[in-house]
Amino acid sequence: MSDDKQVLPQTGADGAGGPPKQEEVSSLKLLITLSLAGALAGLLIVFVYQLTQPTIQAYKAMKLREAVSEVLGAPERWATLYVYDDALALSPPAGVDAATLEMVFLGYSEDGSVVGYAIQGGEPGFQDIIDLIFGYDAQARTVLGMKVLANKETPGLGDKIVKDSAFVAEFRGPEVPLVGVKMGRASGAANEIDMITGATISSRTVIGIINNQLERLGPMLEAYLEGAS
Amino acid sequence: MPTKTTPGQDLTRGIWRENPVLIQMLGLCPALAVSNTVQNSLAMGLATFFVLFCSSLLVSLFKNYIPQEVRISTYILIIATFVTVADMVLEAVVPETHAELGAFIALIVVNCMILGRQEAFSSKNTVGRSLLDAVGVGIGFIIAMLMMGSVREILGYGSFLGFPLFGSGYEPWIIFILPPGGFLTIGFILLAMNWWEKRKADRARAGTLADGAVGRAA
Repeated sequence: MSDDKQVLPQTGADGAGGPPKQEEVSSLKLLITLSLAGALAGLLIVFVYQLTQPTIQAYKAMKLREAVSEVLGAPERWATLYVYDDALALSPPAGVDAATLEMVFLGYSEDGSVVGYAIQGGEPGFQDIIDLIFGYDAQARTVLGMKVLANKETPGLGDKIVKDSAFVAEFRGPEVPLVGVKMGRASGAANEIDMITGATISSRTVIGIINNQLERLGPMLEAYLEGAS
Repeated sequence: MPTKTTPGQDLTRGIWRENPVLIQMLGLCPALAVSNTVQNSLAMGLATFFVLFCSSLLVSLFKNYIPQEVRISTYILIIATFVTVADMVLEAVVPETHAELGAFIALIVVNCMILGRQEAFSSKNTVGRSLLDAVGVGIGFIIAMLMMGSVREILGYGSFLGFPLFGSGYEPWIIFILPPGGFLTIGFILLAMNWWEKRKADRARAGTLADGAVGRAA
């Protein structure tokens, strides 16, 4: 602590009006110092970026693969479809960067029959955007599974949308559109999801994301399957 | 007047006697925000250690070339660079922990503990002593983070480093992993430390009085 005090006189020398204790440094020298430091900093960051980016991208791709596989119940393979101009396409339209397009994944079982779509979505939850992926059987109009990819919900309460396995299991098989009901108030309808006590907003957001995505994408998903068969 | 320290003291004082979090009350923001598990505390502690060490190295190396007028900007630039490096490395090596720490990695830039060490020590001492100081303060920060993280994870999750400790009958004190738990934990740690220090001082005073020595106890 004692050496903190040493600083004070020098800070005072920088202040307006105070007599400069050392000779005036030209602006050019200040400019050169900061430019040089900035350039070196930039170089170092670019170098580390190049070094780490492949690992980061590979991890993200692996996480997505795992998630698609999980919500579709481990399909044999899947195709990536691009959402463009209110329709799904196997390849991105010419002249459009594939990375900017929304993607859905269409899973197939071993005998070549369609398992369902895996669809990503995100909406604001209690604290920040909840990102999730869910499986959807467009023929039976049921949800196959749901997995939260990213969330900043309250630890111990809102994050039960990830950690409460009973809640996650509710998303295997319900019909759409989903309806959230309070714990113990379920009437037995096939589209009901028991919400988590203490995590009402987070549960409602999860249900809302799935309903909204299907409302928007649903017709395209069905149209694509009809066109393909 | 600043008292001269030996190189050994440069290293050790930051660890406990002048611990950045528990004594100087610096870097409290990450200490409260991301100390909810041991794993997060450790990652944050190591990232901060890395940034502090590298910044102290560069600042002490180039202290004679950095003009007084732009020294703070230059320190911030150096610190921000290493924070960005730490951020990317953590994302590549421990992506899940990186996701948990979120914005707090980027916020190491404005950790006044790091800037404080550059301004108060590295900018006027040799490279060797600056590094000793950085290691000491860095270890002190990690110790404080681990103390917070252990208490909060054990009470709030009933586990240590992810291993369950109490079996299924334990009902976790969720409050300890929520923000209020951070304040409660640091409050109790400071209470215990101050009580201990006071007891030690009282005993020392009683000891000197019993020996008949006068005037040494202040």
